Amino acid sequence: MKPSVIVFPASNCDRDAAVALEQATGKAPKMVWHGESDLPDTDFIVLPGGFSYGDYLRSGAMAARSPIMRAIVEKAKAGTPVIGICNGFQILTETGLLPGALLRNAGLDFVCRTVALRVENSQSMFTSGFSQGQYVDFPVAHHDGNYFADAETLDRLEGEGRVAFRYVDNPNGSARDIAGVLNETGNVLGMMPHPERVISPLLGGVDGAAFFKGLVEAAA
Amino acid sequence: MKAKIHITLKPGVLDPQGKAIEGALKGLGFDGLSNVRQGKEIEITLAETDEAAARAKVEEMCKKLLANPVMENYAIELLA
Repeated sequence: MKPSVIVFPASNCDRDAAVALEQATGKAPKMVWHGESDLPDTDFIVLPGGFSYGDYLRSGAMAARSPIMRAIVEKAKAGTPVIGICNGFQILTETGLLPGALLRNAGLDFVCRTVALRVENSQSMFTSGFSQGQYVDFPVAHHDGNYFADAETLDRLEGEGRVAFRYVDNPNGSARDIAGVLNETGNVLGMMPHPERVISPLLGGVDGAAFFKGLVEAAA
Repeated sequence: MKAKIHITLKPGVLDPQGKAIEGALKGLGFDGLSNVRQGKEIEITLAETDEAAARAKVEEMCKKLLANPVMENYAIELLA
């Protein structure tokens, strides 16, 4: 696997994502600056968490229009796996690679704690390390994580098995407790929780290690 | 020519900030109010002098960046 982590101004989980990928693959991923217009030779792309461009205009809005995103949209449409975590999820909805939008948390508070998730679809390449209906604990840390889409879109996502994770105890008001969604072809995942923050007992959990191990095995 | 773009959340989209503002207004003793919604306004100075061309340009800006059609509506106001 030749993963890449995209770095935007004010990304702050890019190094965590790199460590998680290195732990799972045995090799450091390429770090790619947002201002580049071409991607290196890569077969897995991570859009990390953070507050790219200070969340100006809308969370993820500016990053979604940065030069590297044109190449990423093209790659994603050709089938390359792309995962967006937290701010990365916001960026993916802003590019239109994933439906819906992430609104301000319903309770207005920044939510920063570990939450339980239910694996709703263990058939995707990103979730194959888990079994259907398994509960996992991932941290969340966001202000704009309230997943919103119209009822028709939500019905379609549920009907097509494109809800990857649901919150057990909804922390942000997300429609239908949705924590992570897949695109139509299953090669793009966006999720608000942070698997890269729980990859070792030293960090308080290992469910994220299983997540990265599963997706690396599925991609092999 | 100047353009002002008013961006508002679509009806039905939860606006917790609007709700918090409404709560604060009521706390100050203002009554008889409801449905407080918060939006934003963007001002742009354009080199265009033709109104139709300016409107078309700003419309495109709204679609490409300024508003997110999933959750927002926009209205364009042109000022000479």
